[in-house]
Order: sequence, then structure tokens, then C-alpha cells
Amino acid sequence: MSLSLILGTLSILTAIGFYMGRSRALVSADGDSHRLHSRPHYYGYYVAIWCGLPSIMFFGLWLAFEPNIVTSLLIDSLPAAQQQLGDAELGLLLNDIRNLARGDVTSREAGPELMAAAGYYNSLLQTSKLVLAAIAATLAVAGITFARTRIVPEMRARNFVEKVTMAALVVCSTIAILTTIGIVISLLFESIRFFQKVSPIDFLFGLEWSPQTALRKDQVGATGLFGAVPLLAGTMFISLIAMCVAAPVGLLAAIYMSEYASPRVRAWVKPALEILAGIPTVVYGFFAALTVAPFLRGTGADLGVDISSESALAAGAVMGIMIIPFVSSLSDDVIRAVPQSLREGSYGLGATQSETIKQVIIPAALPGIVGSLLLAVSRAIGETMIVVMAAGLAAKLTINPFEAVTTVTVQIVTLLVGDQEFDSAKTLAAFALGLMLFCVTLVLNVIALTVVNKYREQYD
Amino acid sequence: MQAANTVLIEEAEPATHTNAPPKVSARDVCVYYGDKQALFDVDLDIHAHQVTALIGPSGCGKSTFLRCLNRMNDTIDICRVEGRIVIDDEDIYARHVDVVHLRARVGMVFQKPNPFPKSIYDNVAYGPRIHGLASGKDELDDIVETSLRRAGLWDEVKDRAAEPGTGLSGGQQQRLCIARAIAVQPEVILMDEPCSALDPIATARIEELIDELREQFTIVIVTHSMQQAARVSQKTAFFHLGVLVEEGDTEQIFTTPKDDRTQAYITGRIG
Repeated sequence: MSLSLILGTLSILTAIGFYMGRSRALVSADGDSHRLHSRPHYYGYYVAIWCGLPSIMFFGLWLAFEPNIVTSLLIDSLPAAQQQLGDAELGLLLNDIRNLARGDVTSREAGPELMAAAGYYNSLLQTSKLVLAAIAATLAVAGITFARTRIVPEMRARNFVEKVTMAALVVCSTIAILTTIGIVISLLFESIRFFQKVSPIDFLFGLEWSPQTALRKDQVGATGLFGAVPLLAGTMFISLIAMCVAAPVGLLAAIYMSEYASPRVRAWVKPALEILAGIPTVVYGFFAALTVAPFLRGTGADLGVDISSESALAAGAVMGIMIIPFVSSLSDDVIRAVPQSLREGSYGLGATQSETIKQVIIPAALPGIVGSLLLAVSRAIGETMIVVMAAGLAAKLTINPFEAVTTVTVQIVTLLVGDQEFDSAKTLAAFALGLMLFCVTLVLNVIALTVVNKYREQYD
Repeated sequence: MQAANTVLIEEAEPATHTNAPPKVSARDVCVYYGDKQALFDVDLDIHAHQVTALIGPSGCGKSTFLRCLNRMNDTIDICRVEGRIVIDDEDIYARHVDVVHLRARVGMVFQKPNPFPKSIYDNVAYGPRIHGLASGKDELDDIVETSLRRAGLWDEVKDRAAEPGTGLSGGQQQRLCIARAIAVQPEVILMDEPCSALDPIATARIEELIDELREQFTIVIVTHSMQQAARVSQKTAFFHLGVLVEEGDTEQIFTTPKDDRTQAYITGRIG
């Protein structure tokens, strides 16, 4: 009996419950729906909820715990010698049994014992499904029966349904919040483990980043220095270059779109600019690495300037292009939110359009524009793919845009790519860097949202 | 402040200029919003140093006509104006006319107070600054003070001119907007229902102010309130469905209207 069949049956039972509940309600009111407390379909939902909710919740719980229960039953059935095996070997053995049961390739000779275990495993799964189906169906039918008996015209079915709906909404929003909290907590705990190995002072104020820890005592060049300053400086530097590109271009584009462009032009230009935001960052990344960086290096060579092929300039400029739509789209919205009466007031005094924009519109929209710029900055700080491909790996503390710099995100990627042991300072450093990045962008976002909200209050 | 008072005294007896040429003269003015015609062949003369009230039910075209006088309708893409509007012998819709200069001569006060998000001082100084009316800080200070005094706001704001204009009360904001308009030293001031967002006391202040201002400016006011038109204006024009039905001395319009529609409107039967 397959899981989808069980689920399908439960759905059909729920639907049947809906119709039974509705007709039952009508019958109980002698066919006069006005005698009912709620509209008839609420009684339908009432029965459907009693039928579907417990059985499907049971279904989910069963699936969540089934593997553990089945596995422990399987281990109990194994010969004592095998039960004494270490965790790793036992895990391998169980894996083989599962593979054999599914008909996959196994890592060892499939002896009769193994075959028997696999057969037992399969029969366990079969039984489990049957039991699940039986209990779920019973719950569903019991739900229908119970709910039907409770239907009387005075019953407040609507209130019940609305409460359940609200509970479902609460659960959904809680899932999002809990996930965020979970991620933050995991970052926090791993960072604490890191800070037990490396002092926070060294991490926050150290000027050297060289995360290779020595595997052997006599290894050369594996100092294990975890000073995050060069990374943070690199991140800030590249974000600054990006904002130097994105802020003026995005802002001027926003002013054009909101103040000068005719509605028809705007209808084309705005979506076209927003397409920029739809380009995958990896595409920007190889665009930066394969087109912009060589071009800059070539131009630099012609001018007699030495530009590294992985320069901060190339990565920052391409990142700037990527965040133009964030600046332009948000700024366009806030500029358009400036009341028309202010524009007319200024025109009415004989101001030209550009005087109006410079002296009335921009000052009025300034908080919102600042907010959009801050959101763009936090976007730039968290950006990974472009810098991984175009910014380089060497942690250098420099303000020369022609040199390669590295960023927090690049280092997190390099720390975690490849085979890693998850208890060395090197890998744990990734969590500390992630936490730091999270804090920086969080603060920026909070500031940006506060600024934007303050602006909203002014005109609504 | 001496200067302003002298001006007031000099012009304390405004001439009615019944024989003088009109300050503003509109002929055959038609306005279209897209395909829809909003005004039909309006002919109206507006005389200097008088308050001309435009009255009529909602959607009758009185605001549209007002906005023709400083070409504010230019800011609406689909709006098209036909006919001839002459201010002091100059056709304001002629090709060579710069709307920026026109709007400096024909100021406007709007229905809802719309102070800029700047300080009270900067709100008033905005127009003089963009038109270069003051050659120095002192002169600008003088213009701001004179304008605020003339708008009857000086005593209330002199100690807080650096505070934002949006922090004033509605009536104060509207007087600030009037100060802002007269700081540019226009010849004509257009007022589009300037009291509709204000309480009765603030309205009374503004009405008093309008009566004082007509000594120096030519004022055209759109109003929904017939009492207000009767109180502040010398001439009244009644619009109905895009047509100028009747115009004349305010007293005549309100006591012996010639047209049945005017009669019906002022007695409250239409509109």
C-alpha cells in the first residue's frame, strides 16, 4: 500500500466528510439554512477538519518516526555479534540491508543472513504501511462520526473553522520565524566553538588572515591566523566601489523614470531595468571575471597602470551594475510617492522642473532614498558569486582598487568547499564570519527600514 | 517693515478701474482632457485689484479655468487648451512665452496647504531664491519678513522660522503658502478653494487676508462656498457643466441673477 494511496484516501474521506457535514446540517435544520447558526458549508468544513486534521497529522508523525522505529526493530533482529559492532560499521551494515531490500548494489557479498535481514526489513516496512493506513483511516472515519453527531443548528461551526484557519496561519508564520531563529542559533553556537579556539579579540582586530592550520607540527606557511579585518575591509571596499556605480546611476535613472519619462516610456524602462535584477549572479560573476576584468587589465596596460586580473574594481563595478535596479526601483517608488501637490506648489511659484526636483522632490524623498541605498549596501555586502569569481582570494589590506582583495563571503566559500573536518578552527571560522556578516546586514537593514518607515508616516 | 506699510497706505483706496482695460482677458477658452471637453468657449475679463470668485457645482470647470491662467494644466499630459488668454496684452499661450516667467507673475495657492518639507524661512525664501529676487542675505530676510507679515503669519512664527513648515497648523500652513506665493511678487494670485481644508476660524483669517491682499494683487478665487464668494469678492462668475453661465458684480449675481441656472444654484436647487 503506497503512501500516496493512503494520502489520496484520506483526502477523499475529507471531501466526503465535507459533504456529509453540510447535508447533515441542512437536515438538522429541516432544510432551512437560515435556522443554522453558520452558513451550511461551515458545517462541512467542520466535519472535514475533524476528519482530515487528526488523520493527516498522525500520517506526518508516523512518517517522521517510522525510520527510527523500523531501524531499531531491525537491529534487535540482527545476531548478537553484529549488534555489538561500532556505530560506523553498524551503520554500513544497515545501509547494505536497506540497499539490498531496495534491490540496489551492496558493498559486500549478499549472504543468506543479509538476505534474511533484508526480507525482514521489507516486511517491517510493509507492516508499518498497513498499520499506518489502518490507524489513519480509523481516525478519519472516527472524526467524521464524532463531528456529525455534534452538528445541531445552534452549533457555532463558523467560529470553530475560523479559529482553526487562524491557527494554521499562526503555524505558517511561526515556521518562518523559527527557521530564522534556528539558523541564528546554529551560527551562534558554532561561532562560540570557534571562539573557544581563537580569541574574539584576535578575530575582530587581527590584521592577518591565513586560515591554514598545520596538519603536521613542522608544516611551513600554515600559521592559522584568523584576523577578520582584511576581509571586512575588502567587503566594505568592494561594496563602496559598487555603491559608487549603483548610487548615481540608479538614482538618476529613478529621477528620469519618475519625473521625466512619459508613462509609455516608463512602462518599458522600469521592467527593463528590473530584468537586471533577474540575471543570476553567477552570470554577472563570469561576466566580471571573463569580460570586465581582462578589459580593465588591458586598458590599464595601455595607460601604463598595473591592474591585477582579479581587481577589486572589476568585481565592485559589476556588483554595482547588479544592484542598480534595487536603487532605481525603490527610489523611483519613493520619488513617485512625493505628493503631486508639492510639485504643483513649486511649479506655481515659477520653478523649473529641475529646480523642483533638486530643491523640493529630492529633499522630500531623501529618507526613502537613503533607505533604498542602505538596502542596496546590505545586498552588496552579502553578495557572493561575483566576488568569488572576480575578486580574488588573497586577504590583503589595501585601498588600491586595481589590486585583488577578498571578502567575507569569498572566504566562507573557500573555507567550506572541498573535504573538511568540522571541528577545526578553519571550518568553524566560516560560522564566525557568517555571524559577523549577519550582524552587519541586520543592522543595516534595521536602519534602512526605520528610515523608510519614518518617511512613510510623514505623508500617509 | 516700513516699506510694506507705506505700500499699504498708498494703495489703501484701490481704484475699481471699471473703464481700465482688464488685467486678464479670456476669449473662447476650451479645454479638453483627452477626448472629453471640460470647458466650452469661456469669455471672462478679470480686473486688477479686485477679487473675482469662480463658483459652481463640482466638476463645472471652475478649477480647470483657474489652472489655465498660469498654464498649470501643462503638467497634465492629456490636457489641451484652446482659445486666447491675455494678461496685460500678452497672450500667455503664445509660443514664445516661458511658463516659468508666467508662473512667477501669476502665483497660485492650492486647495490643500502644501508647504515644502523645509523650514518656514526656506519655504518663503524658495521663490525669491530661484528667481534671484534678493541680492543678499539681508534683502532675502526682508522679503521673507514682509511676505510673512503680509500673510499675517509673522507674529506667530518669527521665533521659529527655522522649524519645518509642515509642523504648523492647517490654517498657518495655508497662510505660509500665501506668504510663499506673494514673496515672488506676482501680479495675479490664483486661489483654488484655499479654505476648503480649514476650520471656520482659520477660514475667517484667510478671508480677511484676501481682502487686504487685493489692494496689491489681482485675485481669482475658486470656492465652493457661496457665502465666501459673497464675502470676499467684487466680481463673481458662475460656471455650470463647463459653461460660463453668468458673470458680473458679486452683489448683482447674488441678488438679481439673470440666468435661471444661477438663480437655482445660489438658492441651493442645483449643485
